[in-house]
Amino acid sequence: MSDHKKLGRQVHLPFRKSVEIAMNNIRLRLGRSTVTAFGILLGIAFLASVLVQGAVNAGIKTDMTPDAIKQQYYRQVWLVTLALLMSTIGITNSMLMSVTERFKEIGTMKCLGALDSFVVRMFILEGMFMGVLASAAGAIVGGGIMLLSAGWSLGWSSVRNVSMGQIGLILLVCLGVGTFLTFLATIAPAIRAARMPPAAALRAEI
Amino acid sequence: MATNEYVVRTKDLSKEFQLGGEVLRALKSVHLDIRRGEYISIMGPSGSGKSTLFNMIGGLDKPTSGTVFINDVDMAQLDAQELAYLRCRTIGYIFQSFNLIPVMTALENVTLPTVFAGTPTDDGIERGIELLNTVGLGERLHHKPNELSGGQQQRVAIARALANSPSIVLADEPTGNLDLKTGKEIIELLKKLNKEQNVTIISATHDLKMLDVSDRVLWIRDGGIERVEERADLDIKVGELEGE
Ligand SMILES: Nc1ncnc2c1ncn2[C@@H]1O[C@H](COP(=O)(O)OP(=O)(O)OP(=O)(O)O)[C@@H](O)[C@H]1O
Ligand SMILES: [Mg+2]
Repeated sequence: MSDHKKLGRQVHLPFRKSVEIAMNNIRLRLGRSTVTAFGILLGIAFLASVLVQGAVNAGIKTDMTPDAIKQQYYRQVWLVTLALLMSTIGITNSMLMSVTERFKEIGTMKCLGALDSFVVRMFILEGMFMGVLASAAGAIVGGGIMLLSAGWSLGWSSVRNVSMGQIGLILLVCLGVGTFLTFLATIAPAIRAARMPPAAALRAEI
Repeated sequence: MATNEYVVRTKDLSKEFQLGGEVLRALKSVHLDIRRGEYISIMGPSGSGKSTLFNMIGGLDKPTSGTVFINDVDMAQLDAQELAYLRCRTIGYIFQSFNLIPVMTALENVTLPTVFAGTPTDDGIERGIELLNTVGLGERLHHKPNELSGGQQQRVAIARALANSPSIVLADEPTGNLDLKTGKEIIELLKKLNKEQNVTIISATHDLKMLDVSDRVLWIRDGGIERVEERADLDIKVGELEGE
């Protein structure tokens, strides 16, 4: 088509530039970012504490009957499931809010020449950065508090029974789960927002 | 100076909205030719379809049927990257509610389109400062929108619209949220751009002050063009009024 020669094509921003913009967005709305990150942090802290509690319990030698052990195991599984569910809901809610409250800004950016892919990338970078930091903090805070309270109530030997390897594994699991959930929770609203025609995004009321 | 080259043409342009079972026809088969360098005002009562037309011409929404040509290119044929290029470099947008990004300073807002255009950061900043000086905000570079008055925010928005030297500026009620005097200043600023840089200005408005500076006035009602008045007709009218 000869028509096409008259117009150029928008360039994709270099990755470094996208990172720069995403970090700047977090910095510019530090208050809001902190609240969002706190939502992630709380969910992961709960997960970490449940996992640490499990590790502590497993280390304590008991004269429980096999049935009681089984029961304790199921309770543990239920708690972990609950913790995961809570993290998912907390993180989804945080990320959903932080994207939808910026519909208007997304519409504006698209008017100024932002590509849909840039909008998605910007939100994912913002989400990932907060997800990693908040999950790490959540794991340390939640796991730490549980270790302290277990040491306090059950005696410090119970805590010493938990190996560094176990602690490391729990931290890693929490970090992985938190980052992954944040990613999942960000991508859907980000894609939806990016695909909106600018006119609709600009009309969006929050 | 308006030339005979058309920057914007619409053919049979229609837009319908589904409003819970009912179909609302916001634009009804609009034909429109706008020449390069023209200053066009689109007048009409509330709900007549001005913003809808603005969105169609600006590529911010898709028509239900019909075609919009920008510089003889059919907008419906553009892919995402070409459309973004058009929004970035060919058209500058100005809105009634300014739509500045609240967390960014005046300068950051004005620089943003140059970032999307891939302009090196230093050049973008230089351009931003130059533009903010042009609109008389050289002293307010690092102020956030909420630290600026309505008129100042609209100036920032105008500077932002000009960041990549567009050939068309689309304005949807640019004076709608401003008082009389500030509105007049904004209109004069737009007229100056139109005269000095030959930017085509298309402005939806309720503001009768706009009539004075327009080359043509398009009256729309119920989604259709009711009448078009040329500069010459307008002069006669103003003359008549003065004679009375
Ligand atoms: N996204 C939408 N969904 C449904 N109806 C819409 C939408 N946008 C506009 N309309 C309808 O289309 C008609 C034209 O609206 P438009 O916003 O273009 O009017 P306008 O001339 O800009 O009015 P105003 O002067 O009040 O800004 C109105 O009846 C409006 O309700
Ligand atoms: Mg309107």
